[in-house]
Amino acid sequence: MNKKNTLTLISIIAFIVLLFILNINLGIYQMRIFNLCGIYVILALSLNLINGFVGLFSLGHAGFMAVGAYTCALLTMSREMKEMNFFLEPIVPWLKNVQVPFPLALIVAGIMAAIAGALIGAPVLRLRDDYLAIATLGFSEIIRVIFTNTQSITNGALGIKGLPSIGITGKTWEVVIWTWGIALLTIIVMVLLINSSYGRAFKAIREDEIAAEAMGINLFKHKMMAFIIGSFFAGIGGALLGHLIGTIDPRMFFIVLTFNIVLIVVLGGIGSITGSVISAVVVTIAMEVLRVLDGDIIIGGYMIKGIPGMRMVVFSVLLMMVILFYQRGLMGTKEFSWDWILNRKKKTVKS
Amino acid sequence: MTVLRTDKITMKFGGITAVSQFDMKIDKNEIIGLIGPNGAGKTTCFNMITGVYIPTEGKIYFEDKNITGIKTHEITKLGIARTFQNIRLFKELSVLDNVLIANHMRLGSNLFSSVIKTPDYRKKEKKITDKSISLLKDVGLDNIMYEKSSSLPYGKQRRLEIARALATDPKLLILDEPAAGMNPQESLELMDFIREIRDRFDITILMIEHHMQVVMGVCERIYVLDHGIMIADGTPTEIQNNPKVIEAYLGVE
Ligand SMILES: Nc1ncnc2c1ncn2[C@@H]1O[C@H](COP(=O)(O)OP(=O)(O)OP(=O)(O)O)[C@@H](O)[C@H]1O
Ligand SMILES: [Mg+2]
Repeated sequence: MNKKNTLTLISIIAFIVLLFILNINLGIYQMRIFNLCGIYVILALSLNLINGFVGLFSLGHAGFMAVGAYTCALLTMSREMKEMNFFLEPIVPWLKNVQVPFPLALIVAGIMAAIAGALIGAPVLRLRDDYLAIATLGFSEIIRVIFTNTQSITNGALGIKGLPSIGITGKTWEVVIWTWGIALLTIIVMVLLINSSYGRAFKAIREDEIAAEAMGINLFKHKMMAFIIGSFFAGIGGALLGHLIGTIDPRMFFIVLTFNIVLIVVLGGIGSITGSVISAVVVTIAMEVLRVLDGDIIIGGYMIKGIPGMRMVVFSVLLMMVILFYQRGLMGTKEFSWDWILNRKKKTVKS
Repeated sequence: MTVLRTDKITMKFGGITAVSQFDMKIDKNEIIGLIGPNGAGKTTCFNMITGVYIPTEGKIYFEDKNITGIKTHEITKLGIARTFQNIRLFKELSVLDNVLIANHMRLGSNLFSSVIKTPDYRKKEKKITDKSISLLKDVGLDNIMYEKSSSLPYGKQRRLEIARALATDPKLLILDEPAAGMNPQESLELMDFIREIRDRFDITILMIEHHMQVVMGVCERIYVLDHGIMIADGTPTEIQNNPKVIEAYLGVE
């Protein structure tokens, strides 16, 4: 037990050292993708908690992300920046003058998304599961429509440009510490949560709601808990994404965004933290690498005209193949454990 | 002392009356049988007692408290635990986890202290783990407690379901066809097992069972339902000689 904890601690430290090394050695573009990976780890884990561990079919992630992203942006931008953005219709006074440090804004972003989660969850989580998918999907679209039409708060379809860089100092080296630092924190929280008595209750609900209730588990309360925690982290992820890209607008939070995260979770294994983490990194990198598919491709002197959206087609095909041949994703519900490595070593020592 | 009393409970589904004006009274430490042909309304009775369905009419009292309309999980907390006709284990989870989950409602740790694993939480977690392992020992499943529950043979899955129900610390245990799918040898063992848990855990047992040898062998009193109506109640000998019961079972007009 203690040995494993030490190993975990060592790997966390090693990972942090790695972050610094990468920070120095990777170019701006690579670093950006790497940061994106971290953000997608957060997003995938938060969706996996709701969909994978409790077995709720929620499709509202983009909505929670939008709430987080807008909250954080509006709280961190300077008065001048806001005035510059809101040229069609001035920003409401109570928002114009607030400016808080990034860490505080990020927490508020998470809390706002969590409140949105509670508001949508309270009526819907009492109903049968199939309503949840529709209600959350609707919620996510409604958020988008609201944000498009509240010109004096969100700047509507124009979106908000010039979000400050992630961090306190505004320096680029700080970004990765936040993205992957929070990703790491999310992983730790999820592992601790899933391995607690509450985590077992979540899994019981996923396995069999009727039996779980007969075992004294308050279904509504536990579903709400998971839903609110998931929304909180989705809000944080959305905020980080907005600040990483530097621009947000309602179109960014289209349902496709939720689809991408669902894809990551399914590929990694619904109900596996390890799977979500690996899958988030692989898919994010692959999405970037496959960007070439959307542009013109030259093969042996012939030019194939680029088809925008081609990489999404490739990904959808990939997803279908995984579903067909690997029903339970990369990891199923399995998790990484030090035993894998320790036992392998023991075996080789014996032989 | 009366543990459970139903007062003219009726359950209607649209036009069908699944259970009609059913009266039942169970005293502490009794082992009671509920029998009847297929579709007689037995499981529906269990579902009303455990709050899955709210009776269309009538009241249910548990230890003199009116529990009609109370939520399932609250009824479990009050002390009624059940098993299901078609085994409902948490399939992907281990045998031990199945039993641990039954301890969750009485854990008394909030989400935050469970996640950060406060010393108090660790102490409670250790306590429920020890308790669960000892329960699994009692029912003879401790040697396979880390196996996935769905990998167990049928008889052991039934046994685990009973163990899981016992882990909620019930006062009344209700079993829906515990001998279903068991071979004669397993059925005999089950009879001893039921008596044994009644004594060891000082509980009251109500069971639905088609297997007559088991019902007559272990139950002290029996209620018979047919088409939702109670047609007889009494000791096994009384029931065996009751013409109405024989008629219901043989379908004699
Ligand atoms: N949720 C429901 N909706 C509609 N009808 C139902 C429902 N549950 C049970 N019934 C009907 O009520 C009647 C009694 O069913 P119940 O399951 O209680 O029978 P049972 O005595 O347990 O039978 P078996 O021995 O086959 O398990 C049946 O006609 C059944 O179709
Ligand atoms: Mg039945």
